[in-house]
Amino acid sequence: MPKTWRSHVLCAYAMAILAFLYLPLLILALYSFNESRINAVWSGFTLDWYLSLFKNRRVLEALTNSLIVAFASTIVSTVLGTTAAIALNKYQYKYKNVINGLLYLPILIPEIVMGLSLLVLFSQAHIPLGKTSLILAHITFCVSFVVITVNARLEGMRPELEQAAMDLYATPFQTFRYVTLPLAMPGIVAGALMAFTLSIDDFIISFFVAGPNSTTLPLYIYAMVKRGISPEINALSTLLMLATIVLVVLAQVLQPQHVSKKEE
Amino acid sequence: MRNGKLMVAPTVLWLSFFFVVPLLIVVAVSFASRTPYGQVIFDWTLGNYARFTETLYLSIFLDTLIVALITTVLTILLGYPLAYFIAQLPQKWQQPGLILVMIPFWINFLIRSYAWVIILRTQGVLNTILLKFGFIEQPLQMLYNEVAVMLGMVYALLPFMVLPIYVSIEQLDHRLLEAASDLGASPFTAFRKITLPLTMPGIAAGTILVFISSLGMFVVPDVMGGAKSALIGNLIQNQFLSARDWPFGGALSIVLALLSLVLIVLYYKALSAQQGGGKNAEDMA
Repeated sequence: MPKTWRSHVLCAYAMAILAFLYLPLLILALYSFNESRINAVWSGFTLDWYLSLFKNRRVLEALTNSLIVAFASTIVSTVLGTTAAIALNKYQYKYKNVINGLLYLPILIPEIVMGLSLLVLFSQAHIPLGKTSLILAHITFCVSFVVITVNARLEGMRPELEQAAMDLYATPFQTFRYVTLPLAMPGIVAGALMAFTLSIDDFIISFFVAGPNSTTLPLYIYAMVKRGISPEINALSTLLMLATIVLVVLAQVLQPQHVSKKEE
Repeated sequence: MRNGKLMVAPTVLWLSFFFVVPLLIVVAVSFASRTPYGQVIFDWTLGNYARFTETLYLSIFLDTLIVALITTVLTILLGYPLAYFIAQLPQKWQQPGLILVMIPFWINFLIRSYAWVIILRTQGVLNTILLKFGFIEQPLQMLYNEVAVMLGMVYALLPFMVLPIYVSIEQLDHRLLEAASDLGASPFTAFRKITLPLTMPGIAAGTILVFISSLGMFVVPDVMGGAKSALIGNLIQNQFLSARDWPFGGALSIVLALLSLVLIVLYYKALSAQQGGGKNAEDMA
């Protein structure tokens, strides 16, 4: 395509929007290194806010909580989501529409509704609010994402490979263990990374189902924001953003590509 | 594996118990009343739904719909060109471009709203710069109003619009555009007659995502808005966590969930109708 004024305008517009998306985040990160506590005047570079985070017992507690919840919900939702995706890909179901609805609705329904309905469930079932309720809730909103990610990978797989294994007298279990599972692995890892990111980053649902002793990092940030502006919030937010970026890029690199179809 | 089919059962059971049952309980609670101490009594009343007609709640509901509508329109205007730009990049730049849109999508609303608080507050970055260069003499009050909430919503939800539109542009058959240009169509005509109609499903998907997300949003108004910019999400949050009026909060969230469901069903109806139509067209050709 020849470079015309149109493509220049489009490029400039796109760059401006990317700047709109990223400048606030960059400014947030930049000010986590600013010496001044009270205002936005740049008074010098410091790592003090990060150091004070690592000395803060409550921050470390929130970090531990976040990691426990994220690991537990990632493991369970990855196992649940992967088995469901494999079964849905392999077998015909009479009520496939109902199952699909059940899988997609948790993603589409407003998060606040899911959060409060879990709060109501836990209170009616006398499940105390704490790490357990957080893990149960996080598994619930992660499962659907895992199913979709693993499914995308399975749909790109050729069924002949499994058929060939069967023709060569592999048992169904061997076929699954040595053919299906290894081929699906990049999708499973991507799904697990997604679940981990969703969990570690979740604020809205955790806000409803966390107890006083199960504050996670996003909940801690919220409490700090409500108390007032401080550079420690910037530092903690920056660290959480960095973790998210690393996880998203990893998941994206591992994920099956839509783009690859064109290259064939 | 004759029992392989059952591998879907654990997930179905899990989501039934932790997604469907809770929603049903909320439906039940929405028809209940509460004691002065916040206890729920199941006495099957429509009173919670009747409270919607109070002017205060009607106006919050209307505000929420207006904010959601404006947010959706603005994200289309801002998001479409960006999606288009990424989709027409050379192959090797597409994935990095896409990742650039995905990163903000995954960073939570709280941090992203807070970033704007740093910029817009009275002692914030923008006021400091404006004061320093003498554009203003007094710091401007830019936060805690409706405009700030709109800005925060558009900022938070823009990636939700860009991603589905990108997918639909990426799937576009470029031979159609070449054909149009061979037949003498100007780039603008080709865009209006081919690209835009064929990427409508992407715009529709983005609209559903953005509209539903803004209906239930409470983080942005909570962090960037003032007392007057409360939306339905804030009202619900308030009923559950401060006012302890679960029945009324339940009724509000059931209405919110139903509204979202109706939109989703309409979207799928439209999508399957269009796909059916598309298939027929292909058969004819």
